[in-house]
Amino acid sequence: MTTQEKEEFTLSIYSENHVGLLNQITTVFTRRHINIESLTTSESAIAGIHKFTIVVFATADQIKKLAKQIEKRIDVLKVFVFRADEIIHQEIALYKVSTGSLLGGNEIEMLVRQYGARILEITPEYTVIEKTGHKNETQELFEKLEPYGVSQFVRSGRIAITKLKKELLESYLKKLETDAIQLN
Amino acid sequence: METQSQLLMKEKTTKTTRMSGSEAVIQSLLREGTSIIFGYPGGAIMPIYDALHDHQKELHHVLTRHEQGALHAAEGYAKVTGKVGVCFATSGPGATNTVTGLANAMMDSTPVVLITGQVVSSLLGTDAFQETDVVGVTQPVTKWNYQVRRAEDIPAAIARAFYIARSGRPGPVVIDITKDAQINQLDFYYEPVKSIRSYTPEYPADLAQIEEAARLINLSKKPLALVGQGVIIGNAEKELLDFLEKSGIPAAWTLLGLSAVPSDHPLNVGMLGMHGNYGPNIKTNEADLIVAIGMRFDDRVTGDLSRYATNAKIIHMEIDPAEINKNVHADVPILGNVKKTLPLLTEKIVKNDHSDWLKEFEACQRVEYNRIIEKQLNPIEKGITMGEVVAKVSQAFDNDAIMVTDVGQHQMMGARYFKFKQSRSVVTSGGLGTMGFGLPAAMGAKLGAPDRQVCVFVGDGGLQMTIQELGTIYQTQIPVKIVLLNNNFLGMVRQWQELFFDKRYASTELINPDFQTIAKGYHIPSLKVSERQDLDEAIQKMVEADGPFLLEVIVEKEGNVFPMVPAGASVSDIRLE
Repeated sequence: MTTQEKEEFTLSIYSENHVGLLNQITTVFTRRHINIESLTTSESAIAGIHKFTIVVFATADQIKKLAKQIEKRIDVLKVFVFRADEIIHQEIALYKVSTGSLLGGNEIEMLVRQYGARILEITPEYTVIEKTGHKNETQELFEKLEPYGVSQFVRSGRIAITKLKKELLESYLKKLETDAIQLN
Repeated sequence: METQSQLLMKEKTTKTTRMSGSEAVIQSLLREGTSIIFGYPGGAIMPIYDALHDHQKELHHVLTRHEQGALHAAEGYAKVTGKVGVCFATSGPGATNTVTGLANAMMDSTPVVLITGQVVSSLLGTDAFQETDVVGVTQPVTKWNYQVRRAEDIPAAIARAFYIARSGRPGPVVIDITKDAQINQLDFYYEPVKSIRSYTPEYPADLAQIEEAARLINLSKKPLALVGQGVIIGNAEKELLDFLEKSGIPAAWTLLGLSAVPSDHPLNVGMLGMHGNYGPNIKTNEADLIVAIGMRFDDRVTGDLSRYATNAKIIHMEIDPAEINKNVHADVPILGNVKKTLPLLTEKIVKNDHSDWLKEFEACQRVEYNRIIEKQLNPIEKGITMGEVVAKVSQAFDNDAIMVTDVGQHQMMGARYFKFKQSRSVVTSGGLGTMGFGLPAAMGAKLGAPDRQVCVFVGDGGLQMTIQELGTIYQTQIPVKIVLLNNNFLGMVRQWQELFFDKRYASTELINPDFQTIAKGYHIPSLKVSERQDLDEAIQKMVEADGPFLLEVIVEKEGNVFPMVPAGASVSDIRLE
């Protein structure tokens, strides 16, 4: 069965901005022994609503159940699940190399141009290079820079934007307002 | 687009009253209709207890002997009344002692609000005396929890707690209040919560799905209804009977669905699951349609999922979207409160009669009677069986008592042999299987239903897990009838050891105290029966007792509960011996 194969999924989770929400969300993964590959969180475009972008490898069946369990948490507004082809996503990577090796030849500068990276800061001691891209791209640049000495390399979690024309969360919130789903 | 966090106080339009946080807790509880609190005081919750002292007339406090007992008592109260059970506990150990009760309430969808005291907010995170991260510890076992650090947030937090605990699929909520928030003053203003933006307790019925379900029901030759606790929580017993009687569908029940359909109803075909009846289990795999009503396909009901309901289409009526397709794929999911969805479905179906199919259940019942039930109820051996005690007690209460149970063999025997005339007559620990639940839950049940007889079956193992609540029963004179089925064994574990571990009785035999002496110590009248001829008279004495009573019955030492679907086996593999 195809649903039993693990695939990469990106979850966009919108919640109220309360203390402890991250814990509430991650325990849903922990309990099912699903490893979080990447996690990014910050306030969403809508003030007061927090957004979590989480990347996992799981089966489609697992992810459906997982999303429902997350949505079941009282303070979670909505969970959207995407496959890789439904989103445009990026990560940001920073590399610290010695300024000596940057000036020692033109190889590093070539790599920066070739990989569409940019130099953020140059001091007498070190130079910081920034690249955005997919994980394999930022990783590749790291491997290319490594022979020249990379003293630090960090990579962010994923952020993603949907390819859909409709803005899912906004329409969800509007629906809540207009329908005002009647409660007891 | 601007949004507002739901907990922020709204503009106050009505006049407010100046009071302490503790008084605000009491006033909030009163506005939610609370009349009884189960709890245990301690340092961090003393200001709230002090405020409670001025309201003893409106708010009856039951001092349990352990915080776990307070939670189970609140659960018992909530189960029989349908109201929210309310508990108090102090910080640290007081709060951690409640975790089993919270987990139990979470599993069994029981509305409970627990208010815990917490160390003063300036000490939070300093490993202060009796400090525990209560929000962190209770998060996985609560429907919602929240820490209040400012007096002015108390009314809104409690209003939210009650709304969440009782709406949708109910569950436990913890409000952790720092001591300074209890002491500080606020301008009290109370507004019950009616909705929360991020929370949809009930989804409206999808009429297309109802249409499709009705079509399947009208076509079905061998339909089977699975009745769960959702019917009882939703107060949908009448709607269920209307549906069953029009459709003619035989109804089997889960442990927590017990008493939703009267025991003697012609369409009641018995219990599902591991120790359920033969018919409903074996016929699950012959049915061509399963109508699951307010139940969640627990593994104790389904056994091996790959060999469950193999010939049936599944209609799943359920309030919690996370339960749809969780264990069993629903061909037709019907989200919503069954109180509202059942009548819509009943309206669409044609009046039908499945008497041939029902006869197959009757045949199964005869097999089960000959092989199992007869031996339980009219044993030829000397030893008293649990089944005969349960059946006699049930009869002595005119089959109309509230049955509370602990967990184990006696629980299954209770479910199998106790009879019911009305709903909300069963209080038992289903999903979590919490030994020690019975005695304190019975106290809460009796306080919730003072006009009904409440009888609790306990084993010698489970009783000793919360035996200190005999102290509460003595102090408050709650007239519960306690039936101790004593086999000097952890009977259910011993049964598994006998069947699946070569009779290696590892740590299951109990060398017990003299329970009669213990009852005497607590000034609770008691009787002990070890001969069958004394049983009827002793039961009668218990029934007639005005106050609490302990009846200890020495039962067959190595009795087993059958039928049994072994763990991981298919419902078709149900064993009769």
